[in-house]
Amino acid sequence: MTTPNILKGRTWVWPDDVNTDIIIPFRFKARTNDPVEMAKYAMYGFDPEFYKKVKPGDIFVAGKNFGGGSSREQAPVAIKYSNVSAVVAESFARIFYRNCFAIGLPALEIPGISKQVKQFDEIEVNLQDWSVKTRDGKVHPALKVPEFLRGLMREGGLVEYYKHHKTFPWEKLETASITS
Amino acid sequence: MRQDILNDDSLTFAEKIISVRAEGGERVHRPGDITVIPADLAMAQDSTGPLAIKVFGEMGVPKVWDPSRIHLVIDHTFPASDEKVANLHHLMREFVKRHGVRLVEGSISHQHLLENHVVPGMVLFGADSHTCQGGAVGAFATGIGSSEMAAVWASGNLWVRVPESLKVNLTGQFKKGVYARDLISHFIGEVGEDGGNYRSIEWKGPGVKNLSMSSRACVSNNSMECGCKLSIFEVDPVTQDYFRSVNRKPMFEIHAGSKARYKDEQNIELDKLEPEVAEPGNVDKVKAVGEVEGTPVDEAFIGSSTNGRYEDLAVAAKILKGHKVKSGTRCIVTPASKHIFEQAINDGLAQIFLQSGAVFTNATCGACVGTHMGVLGDNEVCISSSPRNYVGRMGSMTSKIYLSSPATAAASAIEGKIADPRRYL
Repeated sequence: MTTPNILKGRTWVWPDDVNTDIIIPFRFKARTNDPVEMAKYAMYGFDPEFYKKVKPGDIFVAGKNFGGGSSREQAPVAIKYSNVSAVVAESFARIFYRNCFAIGLPALEIPGISKQVKQFDEIEVNLQDWSVKTRDGKVHPALKVPEFLRGLMREGGLVEYYKHHKTFPWEKLETASITS
Repeated sequence: MRQDILNDDSLTFAEKIISVRAEGGERVHRPGDITVIPADLAMAQDSTGPLAIKVFGEMGVPKVWDPSRIHLVIDHTFPASDEKVANLHHLMREFVKRHGVRLVEGSISHQHLLENHVVPGMVLFGADSHTCQGGAVGAFATGIGSSEMAAVWASGNLWVRVPESLKVNLTGQFKKGVYARDLISHFIGEVGEDGGNYRSIEWKGPGVKNLSMSSRACVSNNSMECGCKLSIFEVDPVTQDYFRSVNRKPMFEIHAGSKARYKDEQNIELDKLEPEVAEPGNVDKVKAVGEVEGTPVDEAFIGSSTNGRYEDLAVAAKILKGHKVKSGTRCIVTPASKHIFEQAINDGLAQIFLQSGAVFTNATCGACVGTHMGVLGDNEVCISSSPRNYVGRMGSMTSKIYLSSPATAAASAIEGKIADPRRYL
């Protein structure tokens, strides 16, 4: 299943330093292997009822260091299975960021973005141009990501990619580069 | 392996190890480059392994790349606290039977690997953020998620981005009552909880020789709390002594060049450090113990992969000896490995804990992850030597966690409130 290029949705705005224990506490994620069950505890640290309030296609916009702490992939999985379509943040913690690509959850890093957006704004994420259009029509380019990772994300993550190609996207990789 | 890359005076540890271990190993890789390196070890534990097993099955990969290099460790909730956890542990044991990979039960992964497998020059991927503990012996050791772990099981390699490096110069030695945990807490307080994000931290300078292997493991482990990719102590006489004592040999040594380029440099005088405490909510809200002294605590936890080693237990025992844990406060001591557990029994530490009124448990992550063996109730306060004080980490969302060294936690257990350990030493 390929992700569409333009994602339109309503925003949830989160602060700086949202760690993975807030996104899904250990005691819930350590007792299930079912993504749908994990989604019931998404953002539990802020609002245990979040899963009842989120709508399909909603988009996260966060401050710096989103997803810090534990390596738990259940954090982006819980977000993805809440039917959140993308996560945009000023910056991501490194393991969380890798996990997003590995599971096919679009994650765009845009410094300053959380100040440009209010809760429940309608915004547009463009996966072709790797940018976000805010309500005022302004386009905010995200930090560059190597094509092999964007391809991985578009194809839905490692499971889908491997099923289709019988290999992993980095196995044929000539050295890529991120300019940062 | 290109000897000229290992000898290149302009390269950091991270640049060297990635360059020489990258496929081909033919060119120097600089920060920002992405390349592929092989795994020497791949580890997943009981809260990341079950998801990796599920993903591996969904990928339809028939067999793992090398069963002898794959470790499944049941540590976070060991022994199982309830049937849901038990079922996930069962899934891991079934995978072990089917694929012949290694199973470890009842030692914390990072400590087990340090005691038995990790050596300098090695590449270790772990589905656990604190995998960076392996940097304590000069290994490339870093945390990843479950799907990437499944991919490593299938292929034996993974992409990495060469990180920028941050150099920390240490001078002097700790004063009485100050330990490695106080050093790393101080550092995280300085750089902030994302101050090491995407970076490799190199611990250098004349003060390094005063840090034992146990201290280095604490520092490298807890460096994760500023988001780092690697936290490195190069091989030196302390490392060599350690490997002689455990009868293992390095793969090879990597030393950063004297003209290596660092994104940032810091200096820390070990003599100037105090016992440090992080206030509830964020790991970087760090204060000297004097500023929070007297805060009442319901629980004191001494343990975790950050601070559950023999040296940590020995300091806690020294403080608790001849004292009683304050009535109404519980003190839980949890060793990081079965080996440490056994040593603590043989050397009489366990006896001291029991006589003081503390609970001495089997090795597990235990109370740190808030799922068994010391869960906090509503509004309860804990002082803990574990790595994280996030909201709800150890139980109720209204409970509060202060982080400290094992010494400060032990002194606080005696007084039932946050206490300065120097009074007991």
